[in-house]
Amino acid sequence: MAKITYIEHDGTEHVIDVKSGLSVMEGAVKNNIPGIDADCGGACACATCHVYVDEAWLDVAGWRSATEVAMLDFAEEVEENSRLSCQIKVTDALNGLVARMPQSQR
Amino acid sequence: MMKVLILGAGHAGGTAAALLRQYGHAGPITLVGEEPIPPYQRPPLSKAWLKGEADADSLALKPLEFYAEHGIDFRPGVRAVQLKRSDKVVLLSDGGALSYDILIIATGARAIALPIPGADLPGVMALRTAADAEQLKAAVGPGKTLAVVGGGYIGLEVAASGRALGAEVVVLEREERLLARVARNALSDFFRSYHEAHGVRFELGCSVVAFEGEGRVTGVRLASGQVIACDAVVVGVGAAPNDEIAADAGLETARGIVVDLDARTSDAAIFAIGDVAHRPMPIYERMFRMESVPNALEQAKQAAAAITGRPRPAGECPWQWSDQYDLKLQIAGYPFDADQIVLRGDPATAKFAVFHLKGDQLQAVEAINAPPEFMMGKQLILNRKPVDKTRLADPTISMKEVAA
Repeated sequence: MAKITYIEHDGTEHVIDVKSGLSVMEGAVKNNIPGIDADCGGACACATCHVYVDEAWLDVAGWRSATEVAMLDFAEEVEENSRLSCQIKVTDALNGLVARMPQSQR
Repeated sequence: MMKVLILGAGHAGGTAAALLRQYGHAGPITLVGEEPIPPYQRPPLSKAWLKGEADADSLALKPLEFYAEHGIDFRPGVRAVQLKRSDKVVLLSDGGALSYDILIIATGARAIALPIPGADLPGVMALRTAADAEQLKAAVGPGKTLAVVGGGYIGLEVAASGRALGAEVVVLEREERLLARVARNALSDFFRSYHEAHGVRFELGCSVVAFEGEGRVTGVRLASGQVIACDAVVVGVGAAPNDEIAADAGLETARGIVVDLDARTSDAAIFAIGDVAHRPMPIYERMFRMESVPNALEQAKQAAAAITGRPRPAGECPWQWSDQYDLKLQIAGYPFDADQIVLRGDPATAKFAVFHLKGDQLQAVEAINAPPEFMMGKQLILNRKPVDKTRLADPTISMKEVAA
C-alpha cells in the first residue's frame, strides 16, 4: 500500500491509498480521478496517462521501458520527469509519491 | 434534478456514468447491465487475462463499491426490453420499469453466430464477455486443440494466447488472406508468417459448413469435406449492433443508432454511445460504426459533456491496438478511399508501419512495434497535413522530420 498524491493540472489534489501491485494509473482510474484517461487500460499504447513524477521519486519509480520512451517522445508537454503512469507499479516504497498531470490531460 | 438512465454496463456505459459524476452531474444515475458484474475492460479477455496475466479485479473499470459511493444505482443482470419514448420509460427484462429525463443507450454489439449445424454445441463459443472468456480459458491448454473461425484481430489474439497456454491452434478463414476486412497485404502476410513461426496452422479460403460432435464439439467440417479435429471452437466473425430497442422505438438507425457530434440521437433526450452508435467522423467526412475502446470512451465523453453543459471534446483520430506474442500493433485511422500504400521499415524485423494515403493525405497507419509511426501518424491523420511519401518511406528520416 502506498499513499499517492495525484495533482490535477488546475492544482486540485487527491490523496489516495493505492494497493501494491496496481499501477499508479490504476490507482487514479479506479478512484475516478480526472485527468488520467488511460484509454488503452495499461497496454502502453496511448500515452493518455502521462504524469510528472516529483524529482525525489524518479529513481524509486523505476526506469522507463523502451516502448514508454518511444510513446513519451510523441506525447504533449513532455518533461525530464515525465512518465506513463500505467508503467509504474505501486510498492510500499512509493508511499508519499506525488504525480502531477499535464495541461493536455484535463 | 435530471435523472439519467444508462442502458448497457460495458466500457461505454460504465465510463459515461463515471464521467457524469466527474463532470458534476448531481442528479440520479441508473446503470443497467445484462451481465452479472460491474463494467470491465474487454480487450484483455483475448490477451493478458486469457494468459492468466490479469485478474478479475484488474479488469473492472471501477471497484464495485465505486457505484454506491458515487450514487450510481448499478443494476446487474437485467436488460432493457422496450423503450417507450412518449412516456420516457424503459421496460426491463425483470418486469420492472425505469423512467428517465436523459437516456444513454450503450447496449454495444453482439458476436455474430454462424448459422450452421452444430453452432449451439457446447465448446463452440464466441469471445465477447467475461463469461465467454472463462469458458474459453477452461477449454484450452496443453494437449488440447483450439479451432478459431475467422482470421481477424480477435481470432489472431486468441490464437496467440492459445499458443501461450500450450494448445494447438488452427485458424480457419474464409478469405485467402488474414485480416481481410481490416488490413492490407503487407500486414496480412506478416501476421500469417509470424503466427506460423509460433506454431499456428492456417486454413485459408475455406468455408466452414458444420460443427460436429456428440454432446460437445469435436470437429469443424469444411465445404471440402475435410474435418478439423478440435476440443473447442472460438468463432470470431464480426459483431452486430444491439440497436433493436432503439429501432423499435422509432429512433433513426443505420447499421447502428444514428447520432450527431454530441452522441445525441434523433430524439433530443436520448444519446447512443460505443459499439451501438453510427456516428459522424469529421476527418473522413462520413458516418460509420466503430468497435473499439477509444471510440467508446470518446463518445462517453461527448455525451457526458453535452448532458452537463461542458464544451464538446476536441475532434479525435480513431485508433485501436492489438497485442500478439511480443508484437504491439497500434492502428490509427481507417483506410477510407486510400489510393496508395507506403511501407516504412522492414517487416522481417517485426518493426515497421503500413501507411494508407489518399493523394498526399494520410488516412490510416498500422504500426507494428513502431510507436513513433503510430503517434506521429495519428497527429498527421488528425491535422490533415500533406505528407511527402518519399520521406515517409525512408526510415532513416525520423517521423518528427517527416511531419515537420
